Amino acid sequence: MVKSALPGPDNIYREVLPNGITVVARSNFNSPSVVVTGFFEAGAIFDPDEKLGLADFVTSALMRGTRKRSFDTIYHKLESVGASLGFNTGVHKSGFNGRSLVEDLPLLLELLSEALMQPAFPKPEIEKLHAQILTSLAIRAEDTADMASMTFDAILFKGHPYSRPEDGYPETIKRITRDDLVKFHRAHYGPRGMVIAVVGAVKPEEAVRQVQRALGGWQVKGQREAPELPPLKRLKKMVSKHHRIRGKSQSDLVIGTNGPMRRDSDFMPAMLGNNILGQFGMMGRIGDVVREKSGLAYYAYSSLSAGIGPGSWEVSAGVNPQNVKKASDLIVTELTRFVQEGVTEDELADSKANFIGRLPLSLESNGGMANALLNIERHNLGLDYYLRYEDLVNEVTREDVLNTARRFIDPDRLAIAVAGP
Amino acid sequence: MENHLIQVTLSNGLKVLLKEIRTAPIISSWLWYRVGSRDEVQGRTGISHWVEHMQFKGTEQFPANVLDKAISREGGTWNAMTYLDWTAYFETMPADKIDLALRLEADRMVNSRFNEEEVASERTVIISEREGNENEPLFLLGEAIQQTAFRIHPYHHEVIGDMTDLRTMTRDDLYTHYRTFYVPNNAVLALAGDFDLPSMLARIQELFEKIPAGPEPTRIARPEPAQNGEVRLSVEGPGATTYVQVCYRFPSATHPDFFPLSVLDSLLAGPSNLNMFGGGISNKTSRLYRALVDKQLAVSVHGGAQATIDPFLYTITMTIHPRRRPEDALAALDTELLRLKEEKVTKEEIVRAIKQARAIFAYGSENITNQAFWLGYAEMFAKYEWFLTYLDKLSMVTAKDIQRVANEYFKPQSRVVGTYVPQGGEE
Repeated sequence: MVKSALPGPDNIYREVLPNGITVVARSNFNSPSVVVTGFFEAGAIFDPDEKLGLADFVTSALMRGTRKRSFDTIYHKLESVGASLGFNTGVHKSGFNGRSLVEDLPLLLELLSEALMQPAFPKPEIEKLHAQILTSLAIRAEDTADMASMTFDAILFKGHPYSRPEDGYPETIKRITRDDLVKFHRAHYGPRGMVIAVVGAVKPEEAVRQVQRALGGWQVKGQREAPELPPLKRLKKMVSKHHRIRGKSQSDLVIGTNGPMRRDSDFMPAMLGNNILGQFGMMGRIGDVVREKSGLAYYAYSSLSAGIGPGSWEVSAGVNPQNVKKASDLIVTELTRFVQEGVTEDELADSKANFIGRLPLSLESNGGMANALLNIERHNLGLDYYLRYEDLVNEVTREDVLNTARRFIDPDRLAIAVAGP
Repeated sequence: MENHLIQVTLSNGLKVLLKEIRTAPIISSWLWYRVGSRDEVQGRTGISHWVEHMQFKGTEQFPANVLDKAISREGGTWNAMTYLDWTAYFETMPADKIDLALRLEADRMVNSRFNEEEVASERTVIISEREGNENEPLFLLGEAIQQTAFRIHPYHHEVIGDMTDLRTMTRDDLYTHYRTFYVPNNAVLALAGDFDLPSMLARIQELFEKIPAGPEPTRIARPEPAQNGEVRLSVEGPGATTYVQVCYRFPSATHPDFFPLSVLDSLLAGPSNLNMFGGGISNKTSRLYRALVDKQLAVSVHGGAQATIDPFLYTITMTIHPRRRPEDALAALDTELLRLKEEKVTKEEIVRAIKQARAIFAYGSENITNQAFWLGYAEMFAKYEWFLTYLDKLSMVTAKDIQRVANEYFKPQSRVVGTYVPQGGEE
């Protein structure tokens, strides 16, 4: 890819508004559409244990009515022009994601600002939402992949906030009242720490002007600081747990351990190594052993989850309940080989070529570009990150991958979670 | 921005569509075969999908372990999918690497090995894929509805196939199916992206035109007769959540009624997104959301149809509110359908549906893979012109058309109503 097509200091427009909101913008006039996406500091980290799911409940409720407009009016405005706007919750941050035809950008930003600044949490709507959330948790309880993943987090991050699911549990959701939502919003919502990316058929200066008009006047006193993360305790032995779900044809399996933080120097070696372990080609070495050679699973892959705090490095597979042990043994054997032998020069070269080659594809759509801009902001990677990307990938050595693998993966101390019959 | 398009048919019958789009250094290539679950008989259900899997198992020139790494190494993304009417393979690559994808596709159009051991190992992979599907209540319900709605037409089974057939089909069954349907005269090759039209066409001719045409595959011609009376069914399974699906007969994509019905779908259940890549929008002000979710009879409702060669189904899926009965939701749905039949919709509602469709098209056009997808996808059930004129055809829809199709297609006696009855689950 020609470097000029990559986002960099010359073509990313970045401005910090007087109230603290950072706006990053980039134009793309190839399609008459625009994406607005961002994050703010009101994640599930603030949830009390007994009301877990509160931050998520609040984001779900933001569009259910504002001081100016009802739920139905908000969505009538949005949907009538084919626009969309939604909110989501992570552990550290919550976020939003909107898109529209560029002619409707002012409307999109207006609705975003109302939802963030003036949600009304109307009682009847909150009641409806309550039932909807409880139903989604009932569906989650029957989903073998979701439950295996939750069980895994509970083992790996025992006693740490990362062990908690952001969407809570039925008993914690039942405790949440409208008053809780109002208080959470008052304490945690504000412009400090908010980042907004606008990408699409609009000039960056104009995008910033529109964001300024919609959100520039937002001022909040005493917006709370996020609590410090407690230190993470590493597993001292193999820990396995089977979460039973009756009547299912397939069990899901998650095996893994801790992984680097996004800003660790280990991040890139871990990513390149993980690609070899369980992604590259048809799901890497894991896919080769579990799917191609043994025919045990339709999917078997590894993934890294690296964010603001300590991450996880996990292998997931969906297998017949009778084959859980077999698949699990094969996966542990592969992990052992990975930390003993590392990767070959050819594998590493392939993995690097894959990372460099696929970059333009990930930046092709407005959404992909906006995510890249947010990634830069979230992890302080520098506006020239994507210009340096090729070098960052190329400088990783086999030793780096091996050392990183050994630093994180101990095949005798893994978390093994199964959900199924 | 000017886009250039050519459509040609090579001497061996391979149809080629090329669209030059110079917005990013990317090319997306799609090879479509006119074969899907509609071409399968009892005993060999799921064979088209299984053949698709075998296409990743290698040829002499590109053995399996070479093939899967080659595309990834070049930074490409690739996949394949099998559906009722078609099977498609795509690669989206950095523009200067696309030749690899073309060579690979030309090769595996004829030279896939279907090695006996690979067939055996893929059998359990596909069985595992089906077991994963069976974990989902809506798969179980959908399968029961489909086999009830289609007694005669081969749309009656799921694309993945019946478990019994997955256990018994042989290597020779698979290979015969491959050789019968994977011929250039049964395929469409579509590319979009950063290339020069004449030289791309020349390269395609060089690689593909030497592949000989085969006999025109015979098709199963067993049209489904009219349904004379509502059918209700239930499926029991694990879980705590009740789902209801209501399916009506929907015309083929080339039928003129497809367009008024698309507008009707948009205002009834929210606009359906026909893009493979691009994303849709919410449906919280659709008539059914207001009548069912706002009124707390359901916690979600969705509706939609597919573009198919033969008449298929329009499906409304309701997730029933935990404190309500499925009959109440069904009664509210019927009230809304009756309203569509008795009262003309407003001009504003039609204008709104068209604007929604226009926005969804714009989102899809951000992405070269999606643009290439449409070039070939539309050919599977119509012509590319179907896609090019889609918005114009929607714009011509009138309130009278909508009322007419509501009466004609949403008849209680030609529907299937299925309920997933949860039996509890998690311990």
